[in-house]
Amino acid sequence: MATKFSKETYLYWYELMQLIRQFELKAEEKYKMEGKIRGFFHAYVGQEAIAAGCMTATKPEDAFITAYRDHGLALAKGISAKACMAELYGKATGCAKGKGGSMHFFGKEERFFGGHGIVGAQIGTGAGIAFAEKYKGTDAVCLTFFGDGAARQGMLHETFNLAMLWKLPVIFICENNNYAMGTSVERTSNVVDIYKLADAYEMPADSIDGMSAEAVHESIARAVKRAREGDGPTLIEIKTYRYKGHSISDPQKYRTKDEVDEYKQRDPIEQVLKSIFDNKFATQEEIDAINKRVEAQVEESVTFAEESPWPDDSEVLKDIYVDQNYPFIVD
Amino acid sequence: MARSIAFREALREAMNEEFRRDDRVFLMGEEVAEYNGAYKVSQGMLDEFGDKRVIDTPISELGFAAVAVGAAQNGLRPIVEFMTWNFAVLALDQILNTASKMLAMSGGQLSCPIVFRGPNGSAGQLGAQHSTAFESYYANIPGLKVVSPSNGYDAKGLLKQAIRYEEDPIIFMESEVMYGEKSEVPEEEYYIPIGKADVKKAGSDVTIVSFNKMMKVALGAASELEKEGVNAEVIDLRSIRPLDWMTILESVKKTNRLVIVEEQWPFASISSEIAYRIQKEGFDYLDAPIRRITAADAPLHYAPNLVALALPDVERTVKLVKEVMYMKK
Ligand SMILES: Cc1ncc(C[n+]2csc(CCOP(=O)(O)OP(=O)(O)O)c2C)c(N)n1
Ligand SMILES: [Mg+2]
Repeated sequence: MATKFSKETYLYWYELMQLIRQFELKAEEKYKMEGKIRGFFHAYVGQEAIAAGCMTATKPEDAFITAYRDHGLALAKGISAKACMAELYGKATGCAKGKGGSMHFFGKEERFFGGHGIVGAQIGTGAGIAFAEKYKGTDAVCLTFFGDGAARQGMLHETFNLAMLWKLPVIFICENNNYAMGTSVERTSNVVDIYKLADAYEMPADSIDGMSAEAVHESIARAVKRAREGDGPTLIEIKTYRYKGHSISDPQKYRTKDEVDEYKQRDPIEQVLKSIFDNKFATQEEIDAINKRVEAQVEESVTFAEESPWPDDSEVLKDIYVDQNYPFIVD
Repeated sequence: MARSIAFREALREAMNEEFRRDDRVFLMGEEVAEYNGAYKVSQGMLDEFGDKRVIDTPISELGFAAVAVGAAQNGLRPIVEFMTWNFAVLALDQILNTASKMLAMSGGQLSCPIVFRGPNGSAGQLGAQHSTAFESYYANIPGLKVVSPSNGYDAKGLLKQAIRYEEDPIIFMESEVMYGEKSEVPEEEYYIPIGKADVKKAGSDVTIVSFNKMMKVALGAASELEKEGVNAEVIDLRSIRPLDWMTILESVKKTNRLVIVEEQWPFASISSEIAYRIQKEGFDYLDAPIRRITAADAPLHYAPNLVALALPDVERTVKLVKEVMYMKK
């Protein structure tokens, strides 16, 4: 069976998706079993094909911005597993010096603009990042991710209008995992096909299968091309699914185990693996070697996080102002 | 007969009782109905009152707050639950520019009897965007009343008062970390007037003023101080606006010393206002400068040590009390 994508692409997808998944499963264990990670923790498990397809359809200089469900995209953008795990632990070596935690991963070098906790806020910020690229005359674009729940914020409408009016190089990516906490998409609007929200602004839109890295890549690549050529934004609704609860504390009474299992049957990592074997891109031994490498990377990230120091006490009043002489109120 | 019930149950009872009394009262917010509340405050309310009155909303804070404000102007008595006050910032336009100013702009024609409620302030390691304590923001706004109880008993009486008797917009601040805490609540209905502070512990040596979950720090410090022979009076503000400064002043007349413990950022905070009022009205009674412990002048970071350092605690409160008492060590 001929594929549109190369062996290298598939193997890259497989390794990245495994890294994201194994990283999160390990982190979840450290949260639940050992209490080493605290606060809200939103897993990306099940949604990894989105990160994979977006990465191969973009360049390193393209920016990403997302909500609090940010571990997968941060790892994809190249923030190290060590820096990510250390951030979850709240250590000084984390990707935000232990100041952000799970919801606020950042990597300026990696062009990862966060990790945002107010639902929908980053839709506008992402358009602003794209505005700056256009202003500076680069051909970089900004991939702006948000959930199905976030699509119901007024922010989306204002931003869509502005982005079309100014033809900003932004790709709006709605990761529709069918739930906003316990609220299914049908319970939030008359318009359940979120890609149709683009129509009101005459913005091109697409709706695709988020369990397929191929489908994600193809759709994103089209949108990126349009944005680079100065033709403005696209809305891409990616139908995906989160295997885990909204966050660690979610009892998930709003859905059935059967529903979850149904999606697991279409697991995005398994699909990539199947293509790899069908096309003889790798042997089982080679896949085992990748799995080992990923496992080692995750283990190493845990050791790194555990051995790293806490932020110094003086950090309470650091990184608040760039101005080093700011006179804080200290009673 | 008093029973011991959780803070969230006390709030729920307040809403249930007022729902039964007045069918103009309804509850609107994210996950309040089918999910039974993000923090289970509204558990069972959908079952009892149905989806006409217990209404799930999409994540559209500005929109649903506006709908509720409009409904309040037109004869209903809405309760809006914000999943937390951090998210209510999106609705601040409606609260500040419409709800709080409606009566003034309409020359007294249109009032806005509405209760905005939800958890406020920090709740552990939730990072910068989920940890702001907003009392001082809303307390700045004429036209609003701001309530911030420290226990289930007070919360129930104050919330019932807000829903039933208050004709003005009410900001009602709870706390994720208090929802599970038990307190003694009588079977019989009761109301607590908004605007009255409560002396939670009588004392003669120093006055400690606090509110919401920082009351635990205040009371904790008082019992530590007790061991060293210092008898602190602890005042729970309960309502922030109007501020019951008379109760504070009466206490200071007796103790001559005042320490304020709050989770606000320091600049233009509740303690700033109290300190101004007490130095003005009670200058001659003060034997030491009024002191305070607030949250650090910074967003709350995630790391556990930085969280602990940024928030008021018993140890620092005790130390500060000793300073205003000019005690050694
Ligand atoms: C403005 C705002 N309102 C409410 C919340 C609380 N909240 C956090 S996540 C969430 C659900 C969001 O669902 P969705 O956008 O579908 O993203 P997903 O979690 O599925 O990735 C809610 C209501 C918030 N963080 N910000
Ligand atoms: Mg969702």
